[in-house]
Amino acid sequence: MTTVADAPTPRAEASPTYDFGPATGLVCRECGAVYDLGAAYACMECFGPLEVSYDFGTVTREQIEAGPSSLWRYSALLPVSAGSVDEPNLAPGWTRLIHAHNLAEELGIQTLWIKDDSGNPTHSFKDRVVAVAQSAARRLDLGTLSCASTGNLAHAVAAAAARGGMKSVVIIPHDLEDGKTVTTATYGGKLLAVEGNYDDVNRLCGELIGDPLTEDWGFVNVNLRPYYAEGSKTVGYEIAEQLGWRLPKQVVIPVASGALLTKVDKAWRELIELGLVEDTEYKVFGAQAVGCSPVEQAFKAGHDVVRPVKPNTIAKSLAIGNPADGPYALDVVRRTLGSIGAVDDDAVVDGIRQLARTEGVFAETAGGVVIATLKQLIASGELDPNEETVILNTGDGLKTLDAVIGQVGPTATIQAHVEDVRKALA
Amino acid sequence: MSSEVTVRIPTILRTYTGGAAEVSVDPTSVDGGPVLAGVINALDADHPGIKARILDDGGALRRFVNIYVGDEDVRFAGGLETPTPGGSQISVIPAVAGG
Repeated sequence: MTTVADAPTPRAEASPTYDFGPATGLVCRECGAVYDLGAAYACMECFGPLEVSYDFGTVTREQIEAGPSSLWRYSALLPVSAGSVDEPNLAPGWTRLIHAHNLAEELGIQTLWIKDDSGNPTHSFKDRVVAVAQSAARRLDLGTLSCASTGNLAHAVAAAAARGGMKSVVIIPHDLEDGKTVTTATYGGKLLAVEGNYDDVNRLCGELIGDPLTEDWGFVNVNLRPYYAEGSKTVGYEIAEQLGWRLPKQVVIPVASGALLTKVDKAWRELIELGLVEDTEYKVFGAQAVGCSPVEQAFKAGHDVVRPVKPNTIAKSLAIGNPADGPYALDVVRRTLGSIGAVDDDAVVDGIRQLARTEGVFAETAGGVVIATLKQLIASGELDPNEETVILNTGDGLKTLDAVIGQVGPTATIQAHVEDVRKALA
Repeated sequence: MSSEVTVRIPTILRTYTGGAAEVSVDPTSVDGGPVLAGVINALDADHPGIKARILDDGGALRRFVNIYVGDEDVRFAGGLETPTPGGSQISVIPAVAGG
């Protein structure tokens, strides 16, 4: 590990009067260079992404179980101060883990669980990452929350800023679903729709960093990314705790940037190292849509690098053509002997409908991708239906109604007569 | 027509450019000619050391660096051989994942 002695100081330094809890610094995932905690996200040596390092000390199950029914119960495992729980925030997390008997029976799986993150305050798992990023923004005196988003993050940032009394500037591609743009705009912050795709938006935000215009902006998934990404670990912690402090044998996770998949794995490795769960083997599986499957393609081709693609899929929350965490997602899937599947848009819609019909869970398109991929992995023999499996639903179907409009509707339109009901249901 | 191009410099490389967020270089003034490789060589001639931050030891674009010529990601174009005609706007940006 090298220490960068001659590197310029990150623009916004951690204030000595604040703390990031158990976090001790930022470490480059590529070359191991170490930096002070601050609003930095890329290594000055090699451009590699920075990740939070920790000194956890002793953390017990009892300590966590005594915490609030939100992700703040895991504060001792996150880069947040102990007081973050008391600052105005959306208090996301601690979502349902559903024992999916009906879907399991239909798919021939012995034990299937759905981690349903549509139950978060803005109906997607993005509330988790934003909560941790918002805490970091406060530590770093950044008064405007911002992001590049495929939609769910936009919604989460706008709501968290409103709740937290902060400004927001959210930047999205112009062609997102109404369920994501209208909701975001309602919170009253600034919403900029860019004539381009998500990768264009991401590039724009990269260029805005360092511009005087954005001096007090915390881009949750750019300059606050090391903290933001850690919020995804709480999905993994919750699954383990809700299973009774143990790990499942298999997990299927949708892949956009690849960060969620890598962080669930990181969470489980931390729990093992801390002695909070038994060290049992598990396999991590990724799910992508065929119209944007750069990580799946790299996996199938045996490549370590992910070649960018131009997205074209209804699963817009997964439509990141140049996923920076893709190589790390590949590492996790290969290390755990999992796999990555990709499914077409028709299969995504079928997956949404099957989950709704069997379990009463209305997932957004990313959830449809997961269901369809689960079926594909069972059919290919890569996922063992006899082993306990957890799948992730990361968002609410109300945000992507377009996916099912035209496919479903009233059974019949009738007059208000009993006989008409009888005929319609015959 | 001038063969000079404009390059946007990310925050983490501005120590090499004296803090400048944008610099102009002429890729035909050095080896490489009017392509991205020439731009990077010209940058390094004016701001020594910057090339080693953008390219790896094998001379390839680092994995977590994105470069755009105009609006085009060079990984979709010709990589280091992507043409950079005079007046081109080039952006060097650390790769970040999204969501």
